[in-house]
Amino acid sequence: MKSLYSELEKDVRYREGLNACINCGICTSVCPAAEVSDYDPRMVVDTVQQKNESLLLELLKSDTIWRCGECLSCKTRCPRGNVPCYIIQSLRSLSIETGLFAESAEGRKQLVVKRTVGDHILKYGYCVYIDEVRNEWYPEQGPVWEWLRENRENTLSRFGTSYRQTKAGTLRNTAKESLEDLRKIFDETGGTARFNKIEEFSAKKAAESGKEFTGERDEYFNMLNNGEEQEK
Amino acid sequence: MAKNRRNEIWEAYQKEIADDHYYFARSCIRQNFFPAAEGLYLHILKDELGLDVFDDPRQTSCTGIAYHSGVLPFETIMTVVARQFALMNEAGYKNFVVSCVTSFGIYVEVLETWKHNPDIEKRAHEALYNATGKTFVIPENLVHASDVIYKFRDKLAAKIKKRLVNASTGEPLKVVDHIGCHYAKIFPEKGIGGAEFPYVLAGLIDSWGGDQVDYPERRHCCGFGFRQYIIKSNRGYSVANSRKKFESMAPFHPDLIIANCPGCTYFLDRWQYVISEMEAKTYGSDGYGIPVLTYEELAGLLLGYDPWDIGLQTHQVAVEPLLDKLGIKYDPYTKYRGVNGMKLNVPEQPAFLKTC
Repeated sequence: MKSLYSELEKDVRYREGLNACINCGICTSVCPAAEVSDYDPRMVVDTVQQKNESLLLELLKSDTIWRCGECLSCKTRCPRGNVPCYIIQSLRSLSIETGLFAESAEGRKQLVVKRTVGDHILKYGYCVYIDEVRNEWYPEQGPVWEWLRENRENTLSRFGTSYRQTKAGTLRNTAKESLEDLRKIFDETGGTARFNKIEEFSAKKAAESGKEFTGERDEYFNMLNNGEEQEK
Repeated sequence: MAKNRRNEIWEAYQKEIADDHYYFARSCIRQNFFPAAEGLYLHILKDELGLDVFDDPRQTSCTGIAYHSGVLPFETIMTVVARQFALMNEAGYKNFVVSCVTSFGIYVEVLETWKHNPDIEKRAHEALYNATGKTFVIPENLVHASDVIYKFRDKLAAKIKKRLVNASTGEPLKVVDHIGCHYAKIFPEKGIGGAEFPYVLAGLIDSWGGDQVDYPERRHCCGFGFRQYIIKSNRGYSVANSRKKFESMAPFHPDLIIANCPGCTYFLDRWQYVISEMEAKTYGSDGYGIPVLTYEELAGLLLGYDPWDIGLQTHQVAVEPLLDKLGIKYDPYTKYRGVNGMKLNVPEQPAFLKTC
């Protein structure tokens, strides 16, 4: 079996993200995730640069690597040119490739990301689409969004959009040829394989949990999205 | 150091913004949550500034939200970016303008990665060709949508009907600018004013007669956090960071927030509603919130467009207190009308946040 480090070092974001950390902690001091959760980017970089396979394995199985919000404020501030967020990106990739993401509660939630913004790309050509943003799933949207969405055929016409039309303009249908291009790019570059990995390892965990696992917003999805697993 | 002097120094931190002929890349978030904004942006460029900008129906998401949420490999996103460049080439354009700060960061990251790793650029060419048969040349100029508004801010200043001034008192309005982390924190040299004193929106405030609000958490993230917002049970991350900003700016009594990034505009608007529901707390005066506009919405408003035709009723935080301060007349009865004045239902009132 190849070492985890040899896989990590293939990732350009890892190579560019890790120079030599002096443990000053500036990244942690500016990190929005560190303010609101048990997350310390300084410790992540310090752990990774020890080049210890078992510590890396633990990190890949942990909630820690899923706490970062990828704002990249750390890139601006590091006095040694490290980018903790790039390191996190490479760790997240490796965690999914190895299936280790399914060993942490936060990692398992990647299924929610895949089945929303991920699948929307191949369905609509965009990560977000008005038809999929229901107030019950996004209650923070508030009553104005509910009004806009309920009346969208009408209001979106007032605003001059191309909603549900196949032509240029806001909220247009993405043409079949463009969606097909995206699908072929995903197939060629590992995007499809990454999505399949997430589904495959999630299916095993869903079976262990006894939750329905049929695709889209099934019981397992809802359990993860609502944080019910962590509440237990 | 005087505030204006500091801005002058950072004004030297400039970048090249092409004069004309742009290929336009849409935003996933902006076109959904503020659905009149991109049409307005194109209108301002074409009809107010006389610029040529191409809106390509073949263009798609850059996939940046999925990438930064950790479900897509770099190889995939860089090849999607390569396809956008191929479409730009096919349309006969060389200048690329991006309507989203996340996407802008993605495009710059991909270009920088290719610059330093020619082997990776070669892989992008091969992958795009294998998948689609397309080839591409990178743009001569790549900018964010607000950069173009910034470039022509003084030309717009000569056309605006209202300046950022309180019509009753004659005092400049106090305006918070929020840039969005991926505009300049990743590659400071790619943003006007760099990461420390970004001037892309502050320049609009200065040119259009307002006063900048310089508050302690001015550069703090809005709290999007990508996966931290996408996943319902993680959204505390997002609202907590926006709240930190509101608490920091509130003592300065801002009249308006303008935001660079579609996501930031959305969060700074919607989280004010959520905080009002959770804590019965509002950040504007008399129970209202602080209105949050995009740069083109602000330009459209000052140019004299009807606020409801440019979609300002799609913001959860009511804009009427701002309209009143600017002395802009509006018809409250057409706010929630549909196409051709069709009468529609009206949104429910939040429990605490006043919405007129």
